[in-house]
Amino acid sequence: MEIFLSLRQELIVTGIIFLLLFMKVGVAEYKTEVILRLVNVLLFVNFILGFWSFPDSTLFNGMFHTNKLIVLEKNILNLGTLIVSLQAYSWLKDHRQATEFYILLLSTLTGFFFMISSGNLLMFYLGLELSTIPLTALSSFDLEKRQSSEAAMKFIISSAFSSALLLFGISLLYGATGTLGFDTIARHLDGSAFQLFAFILILSGFAFKISVVPFHLWTADVYEGSPVTVTAYLSVISKGAVFFIFVQALYTVFKPMAGNWYGILVLLSVLTMVTGNLFALRQRNLKRLLAFSSIAQSGFILAGITGSSHAGDASVIYFILVYIFSNLGAFGVVSFISTQTGRESIDDYKGLYTTNPLLSWIMAFSLFSLAGIPPTAGFFGKFFLLMAGAEKGNYVFITIAALNMVISLYYYLRVIKAIFMDSQPQPIGRLHVPLLPNIAFVVCLGGIIATGLIGWIYDYIYSLSIGF
Amino acid sequence: MNLSLLVLVPLITAIAVLFCRGLNGVRWVSLAGVTVQLLLSFGLLVLYWRERAAGGMGMLFESRHVWFKPLNIWYHVGVDGISVAMILLTAFVMVAAVLVSWSVQSWSKEFFVLLLFLSGGAYGFFLSLDLFTLFFFLEVSVIPKFLLIGIWGSGASNDGPSARTPRASKEYSAMKLALMLMGGSALVFVGLLGVYYSTGGAGGPHTFDWPAIAHMQLPVDVQRIFFPFLFVGFGIFTALFPFHTWVPDGHSAAPTAASMFLAGISMKLGGYGCLRVAVFLMPVAAREYSLVIIVLATIAIVYGAFATMMQKDLKYINAYSSISHCGFILLGIGMLTRTAVVGAVMQMISHGLMTALFFAAIGMIYDRAHTRLVERLGGLLKVMPFISTVFVIAGLCSLGLPGLSGFVAEITVFMGSWQRTGEAYRLATILACASIVITAVYILRATGQTIMGPVKDPYYNGLADATWNEKLAAVLLGIGIIAIGVAPFWLSDLLRF
Repeated sequence: MEIFLSLRQELIVTGIIFLLLFMKVGVAEYKTEVILRLVNVLLFVNFILGFWSFPDSTLFNGMFHTNKLIVLEKNILNLGTLIVSLQAYSWLKDHRQATEFYILLLSTLTGFFFMISSGNLLMFYLGLELSTIPLTALSSFDLEKRQSSEAAMKFIISSAFSSALLLFGISLLYGATGTLGFDTIARHLDGSAFQLFAFILILSGFAFKISVVPFHLWTADVYEGSPVTVTAYLSVISKGAVFFIFVQALYTVFKPMAGNWYGILVLLSVLTMVTGNLFALRQRNLKRLLAFSSIAQSGFILAGITGSSHAGDASVIYFILVYIFSNLGAFGVVSFISTQTGRESIDDYKGLYTTNPLLSWIMAFSLFSLAGIPPTAGFFGKFFLLMAGAEKGNYVFITIAALNMVISLYYYLRVIKAIFMDSQPQPIGRLHVPLLPNIAFVVCLGGIIATGLIGWIYDYIYSLSIGF
Repeated sequence: MNLSLLVLVPLITAIAVLFCRGLNGVRWVSLAGVTVQLLLSFGLLVLYWRERAAGGMGMLFESRHVWFKPLNIWYHVGVDGISVAMILLTAFVMVAAVLVSWSVQSWSKEFFVLLLFLSGGAYGFFLSLDLFTLFFFLEVSVIPKFLLIGIWGSGASNDGPSARTPRASKEYSAMKLALMLMGGSALVFVGLLGVYYSTGGAGGPHTFDWPAIAHMQLPVDVQRIFFPFLFVGFGIFTALFPFHTWVPDGHSAAPTAASMFLAGISMKLGGYGCLRVAVFLMPVAAREYSLVIIVLATIAIVYGAFATMMQKDLKYINAYSSISHCGFILLGIGMLTRTAVVGAVMQMISHGLMTALFFAAIGMIYDRAHTRLVERLGGLLKVMPFISTVFVIAGLCSLGLPGLSGFVAEITVFMGSWQRTGEAYRLATILACASIVITAVYILRATGQTIMGPVKDPYYNGLADATWNEKLAAVLLGIGIIAIGVAPFWLSDLLRF
């Protein structure tokens, strides 16, 4: 019984997958819209059930462990998946393979859950692969578009490469310590050159997944080619999940090597922010712009991790929650407009405010939140990240990060300028937003406004966070 | 008095405006909101006086609510004389700004919502006693400005082909302003973090609480490192040389109400921040860096004045002269004598009222004549006597005519500056004093060319004088200017610290 309760989040998601599978292969034919509504209700139930608290436990000889923090992290991912799924409605309702989309999507989610809960490198790797392979299939889900298959190709190759690096690192670490369990590895680490090499390989594997410079090259192309919904999922859920486990790994497994990885992380953080921002400056396509902006955001999250304190972990989790709202708000608008009209460039958005004021404000709030402008939640997220980063007294680093926020403001404001100030002969026409995406937008907007102003959300995350 | 009311009223008004139907509803609800706010500010002034007469010292009407407990971040507000004066100024300018925006037709709802939101940020900033809250409100005000300028502003495209002054487009100006102010807040942010982590020892609870930090002496090396961050960061908001370049473009491109708010209130956020955060919390560093500040301030004063002489556009004239006048604020703060600092705050108030009045008058002229170029205007006194009078009063206040607020503020700054002995300080004071002559030159020249003389364009003869709302706005600001000019004692008493 305890096994079932500890695995409840994974089991619910798996249950939904099986239900969809049976519906697909069964005799009865279901309308796509029915399936979409059903899935969204189920995902909502799943999210609500995520608040169900249960004592911490460890299963399978330490392979799998769960505690309040992990349950919270999984539920943040549940929330993000729910929003993505709601937004996908207008895209999927005319898509023939909606059921398959959800089966793949939820498989990746299960993979992420196992990855976050893992207490062993083997389990971690299994979870990661369980999520990566369906993700590749998802990124080629615009079946008629060549770009989409191209994106999938790029994604699978770079994923395979990063997995190989990761596996190499894991095997070296196994050679160095003789174990794969998280807590036992920590006891055997002494920071020797060999272990450091293994660590760097593992770090590179992670860096691929969270698109940290210099392992970011796949990001923009894959984001651009994939269906926007998948891109949103990739940039928020996938990245968030890997960040969750990354922080855990650094703060628990690699804690003895903190002196070694602090400098590396600072360097990677600066490189990532600067590169992401500078490339974002020149983008005309909104998907690419958001791709580079998400690279830059990774840099900021790394800055929070360098704090290696409770505040650091809390700020990362908090920021990812905020990031889910803000990035999905922006991607939601882009996705909606792209599926309705096929227009994705900044120039296409000129004069959007005259025809679609509500979508424009949602976009504006999301971008302000991404840029870190109060009173949106993004301000608090960025503030706390850099505040945690400043704990070590490295103010040169924090100054660079703060100035990067100014650079990033420029390209976000360029989109705002196009929407509110420019005009064009043929602006995007008045669009009708169906109910489900509308709910998603309301959730995003509510999250963007409320998450920051309500202090106890951060307090709660802080009370669960880890650090040293 | 519950100070949070002062933040809530603009916010509630903004939300109410959002649900209004029709242009008139939007206007009147906004006006009602800012009027309530003005009355509240007067109430605050009276209560503050009463409390002070009863022996209240330091910060009054404080209230604290925990915001982010683990980080020791509080929502903490309270006022002293300086904040009360700034709040009163904001309330005055806001009423006038809403009144002169009566003619905004396009997207008027959004316009008023943004304007009210902007003012909410300013009120919150002046009230904050927690540095986090203060920073929060400082940044709140950046984006509304960007939108106000970018959407409702007027750039080069609106002007005739013969405009000789190279002018930037409104989008360019808006972007420049937003980025530079954001850069300023980035520096402030780093400075605040430095202050935060140097409080409470190595492992102890750090704090953003202003009174607590003011009581403990920050370590001198911390002060030396982070004073420049805070001072320059806030200084960008108040046109510290060489970071003043956003001022002329931003102010000129902005719609009238936004110009009034930008020059009247927004630039004062910087001065207030320099004083309240940088100088009060880091007195040792302030003394060490004082010469640098004074040199930069003097450059701003003199350079601003000379640059104004070259301008042909009325808004640019006022914008450049704002750089010069805000230099007096920084000069007063940099001199660090009690009189000079009080003078600096008086200059903030005086310049806030004066420049708002000036921009209001320019806006009225521009609305009617559709040009702001000095060479094209002329003889306006004959066609619009009221607006011309307002223009002249604002101009005279700007050049420091006794009886108006500008004189009082500047003379206080000069007297305070002279108290600081040393050749460099004396030289700076003399240069700053001398710049007044240049001010007189450009103000009188602009006034003479636009107001006096024959009517340049027969088209002007058909122009109407100010409407009731514009008159009301001008009278309101004028009362403020004269009240300070004639009886400065109440203000200097209020600012005593």
